[in-house]
Amino acid sequence: MGISIEEMNNVQLDVLKEIGNIGAGNAATALAKMLNRKIDMNVPKVEILEFKEVAELLGGAEKPVCGIYFNFEGDLTGNIMFLLTVKSAKMLANMLLFKEEDSDILTEIDQSALQEIGNILSGAYVSSLTTLTGLNMKISIPSLTIDMAGAILSVPIIQYGQVGDKVLLIETEFKEGMDDIKGYFFLVPDVESFEVLLKSLGVLE
Amino acid sequence: MGEIIKVGMADLNVTRGDGVLTTLGLGSCVGVTLYDPIKKVAGLAHIMLPSSKTIRNNTNPAKFADTGILLLLEKVLKLGASKSRLVSKLAGGAQMFSFSNKNDIMKIGERNALACKEMLNELKIPILAEDIGGNFGRTIELYADTGIIVVKTIGRGTKQI
Repeated sequence: MGISIEEMNNVQLDVLKEIGNIGAGNAATALAKMLNRKIDMNVPKVEILEFKEVAELLGGAEKPVCGIYFNFEGDLTGNIMFLLTVKSAKMLANMLLFKEEDSDILTEIDQSALQEIGNILSGAYVSSLTTLTGLNMKISIPSLTIDMAGAILSVPIIQYGQVGDKVLLIETEFKEGMDDIKGYFFLVPDVESFEVLLKSLGVLE
Repeated sequence: MGEIIKVGMADLNVTRGDGVLTTLGLGSCVGVTLYDPIKKVAGLAHIMLPSSKTIRNNTNPAKFADTGILLLLEKVLKLGASKSRLVSKLAGGAQMFSFSNKNDIMKIGERNALACKEMLNELKIPILAEDIGGNFGRTIELYADTGIIVVKTIGRGTKQI
């Protein structure tokens, strides 16, 4: 059976935090290359949150947000979710498509651009994970949706709900010039994969 | 309108009279309500997973369809509801993301809804209405004076069940 977040010791948590750091760092570099702009990234915060706190992260459970979701398979299985406020999503799409639309509506082209950004970010994230752990991971095509934060977040929260009552969240903020693009990365290994992951990094017997 | 009580994820609560129970941004989770129309006692549970039996770490009974509905039943009865008068409504159980491969966890909304219905059938509590499935989030409000549930969505309007 799996190991729950509550049962993990500090060393194991630190290792998971470091994975998040490296993964999100690589993703930010990939984003900077893709946009050909300087992207500043805050040191990622890794937090262990109660379910109810998670939905409040992006401004409340009812706030519309954009979620890009991936499966990964292989030695490790699980999901990665990249979450943006609608405003941030629009800004990212504008940058990628060289336009300046001031709107909260994500067009079909915007959404497809965002899926592509998601692809590259999660690809960078996963490839740093495979390098670090020596484990094989294959990532799916993205699925994008725009809806209430609570509803979108219920997907990773339910995954975590199978192993405990807390969520391990890796939060990364990207900045481009004056524009704040706020994004959150969720790395959600399946129940069995937490053990595989921690073992591969030598912090679980 | 009386007091508005927020029910969080994997949580449940009860009210009566002119109280209102609400849960925000239901995705794959299911909002299950129990209602006694005579005593105007209402309960709402935000169910996250189908069964407590397959999960090792199950310290929170409100999280699961089986244990959550039982606990909700206990609470509405304590508040004066009569089991023979209780009726239920369901909302939520969406599939927020779609993938071509058959991933069990992606169908969790469907499985949650099914598990809730099975539990209600087992308890012989009739299901009066439901707004289940789809690929979108829902906010629900249950009014204890009428038993009506208002279901709100983004871009898909508001309806009553």
